[in-house]
Amino acid sequence: MHDIFRGELVRLSSDNPQTMAEAFSRWNRDSEYTRLLDDEPARLRSVKSVKEWLEKEAASGENMRFFFSIRALADDQLIGFVGLFEIEWNHGNAWVGIGLGERDYWGKGYGTDAMLTILAYAFNELNLYRVTLDVFEYNPRAIRSYEKAGFQIEGRVRKMIHRDGQRSDVLVMGVLRDEWKGRHWRIKT
Amino acid sequence: MTIHTSLFEGEHICLAPIETDKDAEIQAKWTESAEFLRLLSTEPAIPASPEAVKKRYEAIEKKMETDRNLFYFTIRLRPDDRLIGFAQIYWIEWAGGYARLQLGIGLPDERGKGYGSEALRLLLRYAFSELNLFRLDAIVGEDNLAAMRLFQKAGFVEEVRQRQALYRDGRRWDLIGLGLLKEEWSASHA
Repeated sequence: MHDIFRGELVRLSSDNPQTMAEAFSRWNRDSEYTRLLDDEPARLRSVKSVKEWLEKEAASGENMRFFFSIRALADDQLIGFVGLFEIEWNHGNAWVGIGLGERDYWGKGYGTDAMLTILAYAFNELNLYRVTLDVFEYNPRAIRSYEKAGFQIEGRVRKMIHRDGQRSDVLVMGVLRDEWKGRHWRIKT
Repeated sequence: MTIHTSLFEGEHICLAPIETDKDAEIQAKWTESAEFLRLLSTEPAIPASPEAVKKRYEAIEKKMETDRNLFYFTIRLRPDDRLIGFAQIYWIEWAGGYARLQLGIGLPDERGKGYGSEALRLLLRYAFSELNLFRLDAIVGEDNLAAMRLFQKAGFVEEVRQRQALYRDGRRWDLIGLGLLKEEWSASHA
């Protein structure tokens, strides 16, 4: 049977909180990364505080979130994370979040491959109906990657982000199981 | 220009704090209606006991005190202060200057009388000219026509349409994100 945790370039893995916390704490020192990742004020966090946060998150509602670390197949390097959050089982809807903290792996297809892998997991394992994400308009590399993975733009939250004196829009993107299936049905027998 | 002497008082309704024990009894009754719950949220509809509502109130007040990213109001009819609904400004991101709004009128008899519009006007004034936020949004199912009208009448525009994100009674509906910028609100209140 096909290994659902394995893509072409990466695999989804589970790492100990200590390993993840060390990586997260280091990645957070790269403010370009954190400003592409989310809209919270960039801040520095100790390994200890990240670890406590990860453990608290893991303990809160096992069925509400599915969280993985991303490792490159070639060298087994830990390069990022991806997860499904805010799952609404009654509607079959979830949000996906992804971040590649290791800059050397940017722009080479690792993120797209990880996204395709978790979408297959969302649609083929969790049997969700749709997956949603948001992304900043100043992150064209991510937008392109999400489009390649099957997402389409569903709207634009105007001027939501305020950084360096500039206001930017947040794009909301979504992909439905049925439209994704035709393009990326990753079942190998 | 109208001079506002109070942020919390409208013509027919006012915004007021929670009265824990009394309000919990009334709000628990509202949750016996699946319609009320479905209009309000995408979570599975489930009634709440007065005890459970009380716990929620306590969590809300604790959050208001510690996180400072939530402002919750009850909506009361003047002059006798009878509880008819609630309104909140939540998920406030101070650095970006934005937040989300939600409001609900508990009983069907009290809807369609303009109380929601009045409460929304007060809430917008509070968000834009007391909290000095830059933008607000609201999330509404496309099956909730009254809410769509309420927000659009107040100046909100449709920004996002999450396709088929709601699944109810065998049918899929879009989930709509509505947004309003302070500059748009100010222009209509000059």
